[in-house]
Amino acid sequence: MESGVPLLEIRNLHAGIDGNQILNGIDIEIGPGEIHAIMGRNGSGKTTTANIVMGHPDFDVESGEIKLNGKDLLELESWERAKEGVFLSFQYPQAVPGLQVGNFLKKSVASINGEEAAKGKKFRELLKNSMKELNMPSSFLSRYVNDGFSGGEKKRFEILQMMLLQPQLAILDETDSGLDIDGIRTVATGINSSIRGTDSGALIITHYSRILDYIKPDKIHVLIDGKIVATGDATLATDLEENGYDWLEEKVRRGGD
Amino acid sequence: MESTQEARDVVGDYKAGWHDTENSTIRFDSGLSEKVVRDISKIKNEPEWMTEIRVKAYKHFSEREMPTWGNMSMLEQIDFEKVCYYLRSSSATENDWDEVPEEIRNTFERLGIPEAEQKWLSGVTAQYESEAVYHSIREDLVSQGVIFLDMDSGLKEYPDIVKKWFCSVVPYSDNKFSALNTAVWSGGSFIYVPKGVHVEMPVQAYFRINAKNMGQFERTLIIADEGSSIHYVEGCTAPTYSTDSLHSAVVELVALPGSHIRYSTVQNWSANVYNLVTKRGIAHENAKIEWVDGNIGSKLTMKYPSVILKGEGSHAEVISVAYSGNGQHQDAGAKIHHLASNTTSKILSKSISKDGGRGSYRGMVTVSPKAENCKLNIVCDALILDDESRSDTYPTMEVANSTARCEHEASVSKVSDDQLFYLMSRGHTEEEALALIVNGFFEPFTRELPMEYAVELNKLMALEMEGSIG
Repeated sequence: MESGVPLLEIRNLHAGIDGNQILNGIDIEIGPGEIHAIMGRNGSGKTTTANIVMGHPDFDVESGEIKLNGKDLLELESWERAKEGVFLSFQYPQAVPGLQVGNFLKKSVASINGEEAAKGKKFRELLKNSMKELNMPSSFLSRYVNDGFSGGEKKRFEILQMMLLQPQLAILDETDSGLDIDGIRTVATGINSSIRGTDSGALIITHYSRILDYIKPDKIHVLIDGKIVATGDATLATDLEENGYDWLEEKVRRGGD
Repeated sequence: MESTQEARDVVGDYKAGWHDTENSTIRFDSGLSEKVVRDISKIKNEPEWMTEIRVKAYKHFSEREMPTWGNMSMLEQIDFEKVCYYLRSSSATENDWDEVPEEIRNTFERLGIPEAEQKWLSGVTAQYESEAVYHSIREDLVSQGVIFLDMDSGLKEYPDIVKKWFCSVVPYSDNKFSALNTAVWSGGSFIYVPKGVHVEMPVQAYFRINAKNMGQFERTLIIADEGSSIHYVEGCTAPTYSTDSLHSAVVELVALPGSHIRYSTVQNWSANVYNLVTKRGIAHENAKIEWVDGNIGSKLTMKYPSVILKGEGSHAEVISVAYSGNGQHQDAGAKIHHLASNTTSKILSKSISKDGGRGSYRGMVTVSPKAENCKLNIVCDALILDDESRSDTYPTMEVANSTARCEHEASVSKVSDDQLFYLMSRGHTEEEALALIVNGFFEPFTRELPMEYAVELNKLMALEMEGSIG
């Protein structure tokens, strides 16, 4: 990779849905090997940011730029972005009754990383080891995608997909919610082993600082009303956990006067 | 020969839509009369009793009104005078593939028939227009006494068995189209499985209409003797013409005590074929009949595979899927009659409609007053892919015995943007994503098919999803 080109670059992003403005100028820059987090209350625009980077067709981007390794993502459909290396772990993964997990994983890996990547011993080993790491029994493979999964199973399945697809940029939208402490630890291990020490990066969206204790993000961005109001290191998460968002909102209001 | 474009304008793109130049040795003038019926029987050199049944059936057909349900406006478009009722392209049924006329052989080779036979079939018969052109069965089955013939040969070689069972499950007077079939039937399969013999690999029949304005009226009779089992698979295609063809088959199954018949169909007629078929089986004590029925093609299909549970402890299953695209109406379903005690039945119906297509589930389940402790389970799911398409459910249940346990579930769903987005985020185009959803929806059906058919069906559905995103 060219030095100096960020992995993900979001510049002055304004976007909304059905005429409602949600994002009012977002700037985020993630370098290779970095893990960032976005924190904020419900409705602050966290999930919208994730959906827009992945290319959800319902959202309208009014202005701004999103680039992956210097390439304009806004020109691409979501499946093309996936092939460029963008991955989204969904807050609410969708069920597809009748589509077997094993078959789906194979098809997705083939589609994103090529037919060869989904064949043979190497793929089987990766699948086996990843499932083991996530404490998933092999019987999981014959179930239908997210059909009747518990909250925890859904989240682990998202991480399993991430581990197999080996994305350049992983966006994890509240992957920690609905997980118990063991689940969070397992998921964090999965994220660390996929990103740390590689040229990939991750953007973690969360309400809680707990998962960040295990992942130790390089930067934390706080989103309020579709704008990033503060960016800091891991200590920012602790501040938010202890003091809530009120003090930040207050600061924004004062700043806006 | 007409232009392909003209045909496309009428029925759209269709994978099996090529056709060979029609090279018939005998082609009847179109139109139906007692003479046509007698001529068919004569050409086949049939016994007197068969000629008489044909003539009676013809008279019934002429007098019988069209059904007053299903899709009446489509039914009224059928012009029985324009249909060719008999067309023979080959003078004999060959059991050596190389002896089949080259053009016909090419057709079936393009459809992969001889290859499939070598790999995974116990026997195969291929019917082209009115007559079977190729037929074979594995030697070991013959030595066990299994009879697998085309229906015409069955009548010649085993007249007593045919006479005993012909019209015993589906009388010619059952409906207008069973009368028509009985009057002009030609081809189809005749199978007898002796007591206790299990035919492990499926036997297959393949039906192809090549000529335009053609009527195909095959007649199939399967008798499974006590404690035997067989799996019969049929596939159907036709080329794409701008004028309509008519396919009206009758299938009769007799499952004697303790036997098991499974009958699987993947129907992919082109979208100008009327597919009006009567399929029925009688299950004796502890016998089991399963219909696995896939309807992908045709203009109008009206087909309700049915089972009469006559013997105690018998079991029926009807698993069906229907895909209705532009200009298509699949009016499909199931009928099950519980006449005896401790009988069980299961109906699973799945339909997909798209581009203004219409899918209907029409089902009837009855339990007679004397039938104690029957169990019925009915599940109907519909998936509608756009706002122009339509799905209807017409379930009828007549339960005259209070010990029966009935379960009925129905659902109608649509593909959501979020579901598509989820799959697209995993590298699948919108069309591929839709195909994954659709094939998933059909999975409870495809898993019941032999693998080769399941793979074919999935490919077919992926093709149907192409160009669907606008």
